[in-house]
Amino acid sequence: MAELTNELLVQSLQEKFGDQLFDIHEPYGLVTVTTTRENIIPMLQALYDDAFLQFQFLTTMCGIHYPDNKGQELGVIYHLHSLVHNVRLRIKIFFPEDDAVVPTATNLYATANWMERETFDFYGIRFEGHPNLIRILNVEEMEAFPMRKEFPLEDQTREDKINTFFGR
Amino acid sequence: MELAKQNTQIVTPDSYMQELTTLNLGPTHPATHGIFQNILQMDGEKIVSGVPTIGYIHRAFEKIAERRNFYQITPLTDRMNYCSSPINNMGWWMTVEKLLGVTVPKRAEYIRVIVMELARIADHLICNSILGVDTGAFTGFLYVFQEREKIYEIYEEICGARLTTNMGRVGGMERDLSPVAIQKIRDFLRDFPKVFREFETMFNRNRIFIDRVENVGPITAERALNYGFTGPNLRAAGVDYDVRVMNPYSSYQDFDFEIPVGTKGDTYDRFMVRNEEIWQSLRIIQQAMDNLPEGPFHADAPEFYLPPKQEVYRNMEALIYHFKIVMGEIDAPAGEVYHSVEGGNGELGFYLVSDGGRTPYRLHFRRPCFIYYQAYPEMVVGTQLSDAIVILSSMNVIAGELDA
Repeated sequence: MAELTNELLVQSLQEKFGDQLFDIHEPYGLVTVTTTRENIIPMLQALYDDAFLQFQFLTTMCGIHYPDNKGQELGVIYHLHSLVHNVRLRIKIFFPEDDAVVPTATNLYATANWMERETFDFYGIRFEGHPNLIRILNVEEMEAFPMRKEFPLEDQTREDKINTFFGR
Repeated sequence: MELAKQNTQIVTPDSYMQELTTLNLGPTHPATHGIFQNILQMDGEKIVSGVPTIGYIHRAFEKIAERRNFYQITPLTDRMNYCSSPINNMGWWMTVEKLLGVTVPKRAEYIRVIVMELARIADHLICNSILGVDTGAFTGFLYVFQEREKIYEIYEEICGARLTTNMGRVGGMERDLSPVAIQKIRDFLRDFPKVFREFETMFNRNRIFIDRVENVGPITAERALNYGFTGPNLRAAGVDYDVRVMNPYSSYQDFDFEIPVGTKGDTYDRFMVRNEEIWQSLRIIQQAMDNLPEGPFHADAPEFYLPPKQEVYRNMEALIYHFKIVMGEIDAPAGEVYHSVEGGNGELGFYLVSDGGRTPYRLHFRRPCFIYYQAYPEMVVGTQLSDAIVILSSMNVIAGELDA
């Protein structure tokens, strides 16, 4: 079996999903591609089924929020790992905040279950087809999605704290 | 928007008709070693279904990290897998170093390997001895806790703390190994094998113990991979995936060690894999101590590495850097990094997105516990309650890491 390098990976990704990929780059040696949410599940499935690539391990998955990217505020980032070749791949999808619905990956990866629940819990991204999409770490009474950027942890410019006491 | 409901109630009219018992195992139960709840449906002693509820000690580390400078995030990582906090600390520093492009000198890497392997031994010791306690053998636990205490004394000598170590700096260690620390590590290497051999003699071929753990909670390699298992739990199922070998970090390629694997993925295999990993960790520490290179114990990265205190008083540049680092006024380059280390219970990953500011834009921890604990219901169905306890402790689920 030929060795899978990043160049070869990018090449075969372009062959398979050419028009569905944009923004292919390699930050710190990890191939990163962006696709659309319509393509994400077929793409994960194809990468899983591919006899050569064998991306069959979902390392992790997390949400991200860019409030300034109008129309593409929320994102989900998948980290895949081909254990046979020891090559990792990062896939990103972005979509608008007021339509935060993504198809679920639980049919492919059992491990996506809690990862998607966590992403839903913190970013309010709904995973269509998820068997049990409920909050996982936060209390169920919570109404907000706390990892979104509109909830600052502490405002460093607040004035009710006396600066001389806090060294600011 | 409607509220999302957690699993609070799973008793249905059907379950009454089936004459099942609902057993609330946890959140605080002496046998769960942490705060997590499992609502089990029992048919007599047999478990029909289980629903875990987690998040009881969720502390929002990922959110807090977005307002912290890089050096202020290590204390957060300590509190994830608190049985092996140095591994978390070093994993975090390596992630930052990867982002900044800092090259760590060999000596610092070897010191890191030594503390990481000591932490792995401590982690596995706790897991395996507690497994013994859960099967009714208290003695082994007491034997090895003495040795765990010695590991904590070594941490104390290296960094001053015992449990939440906050060890290391960007680019290396905060101080060199002291002669006392070296002596303590050598003493540990000399004394520990004898004690651990005793522990193994007590358990490995013990008929009572084997009856309790063999074929309990097995998982196939396919299911384990699908569930995202890593670490000893995955290796017990027969997959030889170890980050130390697959993606060597911190000079792990210099050391000669073996990756033990199991065959069935049951509780006994997990126990044996951890035991063997302790021996391999000892081998690594021995090699690192024998070949400990001379040289600096930190990288030359003045913008990120705190200057020695006496320099701060005499040298203007040192004073400036000291001030800038402590006040967190140094910007990191923009970029995104994923770095993973082999933690005590699996692949501990850090996904760091920096927008060029002083704090991470987004930091995601890949916590191995969180990912493999979701297989627990599948593993306990059909077993008995006492087996469920044993499976839980053999999976080495650490509440701090589960909830982050």
